Formats: sequence, C-alpha cells, structure tokens
Amino acid sequence: MIPLLSVRDLRVGFGRNPQANEVVRGVSFDLADGETLAIVGESGSGKSVTALSINRLIDFSGGRITGGAMKLKRADGGIFDLMTATEPQLTGIRGAEIGMIFQEPMTSLNPVLTIGTQIEESFRLHRGLTGRQATAAAKDALDRVRIPDAARRLKYTPNQLSGGMLQRVMIAIALACNPRLLIADEPTTALDVTVQAQIMALLAELKRETGMSMIFITHDIGLVAGIADKVMVMQSGKAVEQGELNQILDNARHPYTQHLLQDVPHFANGRATRVDGQRDKGAGTEPALKVDGLVVRFPLKSSFFSRATGAVHAVDGVDFDLMPGETLAIVGESGSGKSTTARAVLGLVRSTRGSFTVGARKASAAQSALPVQMVFQNPYASLNPRLTIESILAEPVIATGGRVDAGTRARMASLLERVGLPRNSLERYPHEFSGGQRQRLCIARALMLNPSVVVLDEAVSALDVSVQAKVLELLVDLQREFGLAYLFISHDMAVVERIAHRIAVIYAGQIVEIGDATSVLSKPKHSYTKKLIAAVPTIDRRHEHFELDTRQVPSLVRPQGFEPAAARWVQFGRDHMARTEA
Amino acid sequence: MNYLMRRLAAFPLVLLGVSILVFVAIRMVPGDSITAMLGTEAGLLTPAQRDSLAAYFGIDQPWFVQYWRWISGILHGNLGISVTYGRPVLDVILERFPLTLELAVLSMIIALIVGLPAGIFAATHNEKPSDLGVRVVAMIGQSTPSFVLGLLIIYTLSAGFGVLPAMGEFAPLWQDPLRNLGQLILPAITLGFAFAASVTRISRSAMLDVLSDDYVRTARSKGAPARSVIWRHALPNALIPVVTLSGIEFGYLLGGAVIVEQIYALPGLGRMVLDAILQRDYALVQGSVLFIALNFMIVNLLVDLAYVALDPRIRLGEQ
Repeated sequence: MIPLLSVRDLRVGFGRNPQANEVVRGVSFDLADGETLAIVGESGSGKSVTALSINRLIDFSGGRITGGAMKLKRADGGIFDLMTATEPQLTGIRGAEIGMIFQEPMTSLNPVLTIGTQIEESFRLHRGLTGRQATAAAKDALDRVRIPDAARRLKYTPNQLSGGMLQRVMIAIALACNPRLLIADEPTTALDVTVQAQIMALLAELKRETGMSMIFITHDIGLVAGIADKVMVMQSGKAVEQGELNQILDNARHPYTQHLLQDVPHFANGRATRVDGQRDKGAGTEPALKVDGLVVRFPLKSSFFSRATGAVHAVDGVDFDLMPGETLAIVGESGSGKSTTARAVLGLVRSTRGSFTVGARKASAAQSALPVQMVFQNPYASLNPRLTIESILAEPVIATGGRVDAGTRARMASLLERVGLPRNSLERYPHEFSGGQRQRLCIARALMLNPSVVVLDEAVSALDVSVQAKVLELLVDLQREFGLAYLFISHDMAVVERIAHRIAVIYAGQIVEIGDATSVLSKPKHSYTKKLIAAVPTIDRRHEHFELDTRQVPSLVRPQGFEPAAARWVQFGRDHMARTEA
Repeated sequence: MNYLMRRLAAFPLVLLGVSILVFVAIRMVPGDSITAMLGTEAGLLTPAQRDSLAAYFGIDQPWFVQYWRWISGILHGNLGISVTYGRPVLDVILERFPLTLELAVLSMIIALIVGLPAGIFAATHNEKPSDLGVRVVAMIGQSTPSFVLGLLIIYTLSAGFGVLPAMGEFAPLWQDPLRNLGQLILPAITLGFAFAASVTRISRSAMLDVLSDDYVRTARSKGAPARSVIWRHALPNALIPVVTLSGIEFGYLLGGAVIVEQIYALPGLGRMVLDAILQRDYALVQGSVLFIALNFMIVNLLVDLAYVALDPRIRLGEQ
C-alpha cells in the first residue's frame, strides 16, 4: 500500500551555503493513513525543520531543501511531489491536504483580525465559501474544537482569548478543510499541563473522528506515549532511531533514546521523590523562611484618575515555612500566583499584607532581599549581554555595598568551578555560553552572597530535557553542600518530583494542598491536585484516552474590599494537608 | 467618547504653554516692529512719533499687559491685527492655509502611493538586487535637500522639455482645479519625494519584522497565496510605524514648507511665518504658531485614533 507521506533522505540547510550548513541530514520515514508519528528530539535536533519542510514552509524561514524526496498521496490517489512543486501548487496543498499547528498559540494568530475572519479564510481559500456560508462554516469549526458560545467568539480578536482557547482556534483553522495530514509542532509546549491534557484529548478525539494522519513533534517523550503509533527520535539532524511506540519505549536500542528515557525527569506519581533531608520530627531548628498570610493584590482602575473598582487577588493568604536544606516546590498553572508569591518574598512586588521571617529575625520584604536570592526562568534574558561574567558575578556584591576584593574573586572562581564552568569564564560574555551554562551562571550569581534561601522561578523550564536533568543534579548537590533552602516554583510535575521535599499546590492565589512530596504526588487529596497530577503525561500510560475537560479557571478579579473565607484544612498525614472544598 | 473629550480638554493647556513660549521667544529677538517696518527711515522718527506708534500697536505696555491683552483677545476669537498686512491675523492665516493643507495632503498621498508599495516590495525581496535598488533610491530621497530637488525638477522641465511650472497668481482648488493642480503638483512631488523615502524605509523594516512573525507562517500554512499573506496578514500589522511617521511628517508640512514655497513662489504658511518673523509682526507670528500647534495636536489625535482602528489590542484611555 502506498503511504500517505513518504520522505526519503531529506536534507535541509540554512544560510548562503545550505549544503555546508545542514540542519536535517538525511531523514527518511513513511506515514500511513490514519497513523500518528511522533518526532522526538531536543532543540537543534532538526525536528521542527523536518516538519516545516514537509509543507515547504521552510522556504520562508531561510531554509533550503538540499536533497531527498517527499511524496504525498493526494485525496484522489494521485502522487504529489512535494520537492518539485511550485509555490502556487503548494498553496493548494497547504491547509487543504496538510494542516499545521504551532507551538505558540499566542503569537500564531493574526492579532488584528478576528478569529472568525481567520477561520473563514481557510474556507474561502479551499472551499470557495463566502459571506454567510463562510461564517456558518467557521462557527461549525469552532464548535468542533469544543469552544463554547462559538457564534459570539467568532467576533473576538486573539488578545481576548486564553492560550488554550487560541490553540483550539488554531486546531479549528488547521482542520477546517479536513486535511488528511496534521503536523503539530510542539502544540502544547507553551501551555499549562491541564490545558495540555485538554488539547491532547481534543487532538485524539478529532483524529478518531476524521481518520487523519498526524505528525506530532515534541521534546517530551512522556507525551508521546499517549498519542503516537510510531516514534522517530532525532539528534543533530539525524533520525537515530525509529519504530513502533512500544518497541521504542520498552526496547530502545540507540544510546540517545535510552538517555531520553532514563536520564530525563519523567513523572512517576511520587515514586521518584527525594529521600534525603526529610523534615525532622522535633521542631528544633529555626525555619530559613517563614511566610505568614501573604496577600498580594493589584488594584483595578478604569482610568488613571478614577478610584479602584476592584482588585486582582494574585496571592490571597499564603502561609508556609521552609527549613534550611529543604526544597519547597510551589506548583500551579500560569496565573495561579506562584511567581507572584516568589516575587513578593524577594520584595520585587509589594505585598498587600503578610509577613516574612528570614532566619531567626523578622524582616520586612525589602530587607529580606539579602539572604534570599533568585534564579529566573529564562537564562537568555536574565544575564546582561554587555557585562562580562566577572561583572555579572560582582554585581550582587556591589549592589549590597561590598567591595570586589581578592576574597570576592576567590569566591567567583570557586563558585564557577562548583557549578561546572571553566575557570577562564570570567572574562567572557553571556552569549558565549549555552542555555544550560547560562543557568549555571545565574545559579553562581545567586550564590555569590551566600544566601540561606534561593528562589528558583521555573529555573529549568527553558532548558532542554537532558540539560534540565544535569542542572537539577547540580542544584541538589549545592543544596547539600551549603545547606540551602530552595523555594522552587514550577509547573512541571516531573521536575518537581525530582527536587522537592515538600510541595505546595497553589490554585487561584491560594494554597490548596501542602505536604511532603511523596504524599502529595502519590495520594493527592484536593480535587485540583488530582486533576493536575492526572494531566501529567507519563511513559506508562499508553494510547490513553484523554478526558476532555473544559472547565475554566475562575477569575481572580474581586470587588473592592472582598475578603476570601478563612481556609479550613484537613490533615491527612504527619505532613500533608488539604483545604476543604466548598 | 470619554477619551476624546479628555484629549480635547488637554488642548487649551498645551496651547497656553505654546502661547507663552512663542510670546517670550519672539520678544527675545532684537529689534522691534516699528524699526522692522520702516527700516532705515525709523531713525527719522521723533521720540514722540515713535511713542505714539508704539502706543498704537500696543507695544508700549509691559509684557504681561501685552500678553494678557493678546490672550483675552484670543478668547473672544480675536488673534489681533497683523502689522504688515493691516488685517486680522486669522484672516491672513486662513487665506494662506488652504494651499498649505492641499500641498501637505498631496505630498502625503504621493508618499504613501509610492513609499508603501516600494517598502513592501523591498521587504519581500529582502537582500536581493531589487531591494538594494529601492534602498539606495530611498537613501538618496532622504538625504537630498528639497531645494536641490526642486531646482533640479524645474531645470529639467524647462531645459529639457521647455515646460515651466505654472507660476503666477495662485488659483485655489475650488476656483480652477486644473490650474491649481498644475501649480501644486511639482512642489508636492518635491516634498513627497523625501516623505516617500522615509515611508519606504519604515514600511520596509516594519514589513520585514512582521513577515517573520508566527501568524504570517500560520497564514502560509493555511495555503494563503503570497498576495494575501502580504496585503491581508502582514501589512495591517506593519502599518503602525508608518502611520506614526506619516502623522509627524504631515504635521510638519501643515506648518508650511518655506523652501519649497520659495522655489515655486507659492503663498503658503511657511513663507508667511518667515516674513512675519523678519518683520517682527508679533501678532501674526504668535497667531500662526498657535494655529500650527493646534494643527499638530489634531493630527496627533487622528494618529492615535488610527492606531485604535488598526490594532484591536490598543484601547483608548487605558494606562
């Protein structure tokens, strides 16, 4: 039988001399009707370039296909040569026979056009529909991706919808004309884990309905298990291994595949939590950080002069304490208030109410900036590109009124060595380092002042999976060595499982469950924690039927003077409690 | 609507500031209107004659009295009497303004008709010879002074084709449209050339930015043909900087274009203001500067409204 798509020895290069700059170096695969192929790899592996080459969008991204063959079986059974097709021929294929969705739903839709217009466009282009017919078709397309109130939403512009909604709109556009092949390029990477589960469920369901084939690109091999029939693992532009899903996951041959499966954090429902440094029963030691009744509100004003009409309750009564040498992970989705909590602890945002105790002494939010240091999410953006590493490491010392003397320099050198960077790094600039190395630099910078608490705000989220594992290892080592307390903010349950001693689950500005990591992850009690954990993909659950859940996160905007009801807690274990639910 | 009211409410404040600035500035220039008017003959005046002339023009009073008289006059719609023309300032300005407005509008139309497509063309042919060609012409257009271009146009037409730009008495648009256009088209081209060059450069760079945006890739993945990708998806997103630039340039042009008016012998606002300054015609200078400032503010407001029309993410009146 002729496959739907056949790719042979695909080669793609960039720049003026594409042959010498190949990013994809001889990739071959076949995709049968109704089959899902997952392409797995880290950034730079060539997986996205491969995807963009199939519908030849790579021509517009500075890439050139330098060799190989790509054949698509058309709906009428004819064979379409994707390599030699002219641009007008390709526009007839794109959207009609090959649909595509992308990583960033927020930027993938045109900000100045309504989503209705953008969906209708597909029908206009490939079905020749106009006017009311096109609008009706667009409404059906939105219904199909389970967007409630579709008729009204058609008139929305993208800025009025959430990321998850926008990705559904993207799916509606990609599937508008029932293409037989959908290319999904990391479609859930930018989304929260529960939204990811919804999108995955939707894709699985639509695939069943339409019988389309899918190429699913991801860096997360855990996500693959739920959806793929076949897996292709890419590294440095080559397909190092491909085969049936079970064969790859259970019997990986290539060392890189084995590395992805074993060395990279995968979520294991609380079976992979840390065993070191558990809390002592006797409360002898002082907590390194104690937060009491933290509240952060941002007033809402209709205009600059008018009075506040309400407030965004970003953090609404958060309490926790953190012992020396302990990691407390704060997990939650975007907008839940987890980053605001971290920033409030550092005094980067002003807390409306609440107190912090750092070490033994009571400190205001501003004073606590000294023993508390922070590592940010994006190592590319959080190092000043014009400063040498030496200046970057000297900055915290100077900022706190210290002098850069021999002692400081010795500390720089030893910290650099400690975080695994070469000694000669001091004279270099941030751009000379890779993402993982930069995050090591950020860690070294945070440690320059010998803090007792380090706030890690999604500190490994921007890193590739295998780099992530190494940075986590480093963090654990440093914690043991210096007795550091970590406040680890993350949305990634697999990462949290590896590093946390305790976990606080935050939802809509409030902690809903807190306790030791094993208990929270293996026996979640609050419904939100359950939902969060159920949404995490794992390698164990294969061809899973994702449940479609369209509940919306409640609004954090409250009327002026609103106070939440006092929390009532239910104790489940020695160190595990959950908020009672209404 | 609320927003519009608030913006309009700010107008008098800005105008008050401008009025003080211009009132002080023009009086800091050495010389007075009597000397400027009578030239060397001013020396022949007896002190008594001079005093009575000064009293007639009101310049014998302390500056704050003069300022107060002027401002209270404005509140009654009276901008004062021009010394040089012997007529109300507003009449003089309004007589000159249609030409300046028409010239500015024509230049902008030329700039947008030429510059926008040229910029888009260059952006879609990035780093190809045709892009380089457009960029070189745009660079020349931006760096050529208008008097050089104006003289070149006149010289080429008269020496090469024996055609002279229509001179003589200026014909307003509503009286003799053809003759009016004949008089204004060359000055408009002269002004529009540099304007078009700026529009080309800014629309090229804005389009280049936008063309690498994700939603353009999405449009292509839907199968949208190149024409639709450029005009429907990319251009509306690239227009904001073009609108900003056009607004500023248009605002400047409404203040008159002294050099081009001079070369083509056009009675526009620019030459009038220049003459008024040279003649120390205080009332006329003050009045026309206020008028120009008001125009600028109106143009700015229109630009802001255009942003809202172009981009649904921009909301009026929010911080």
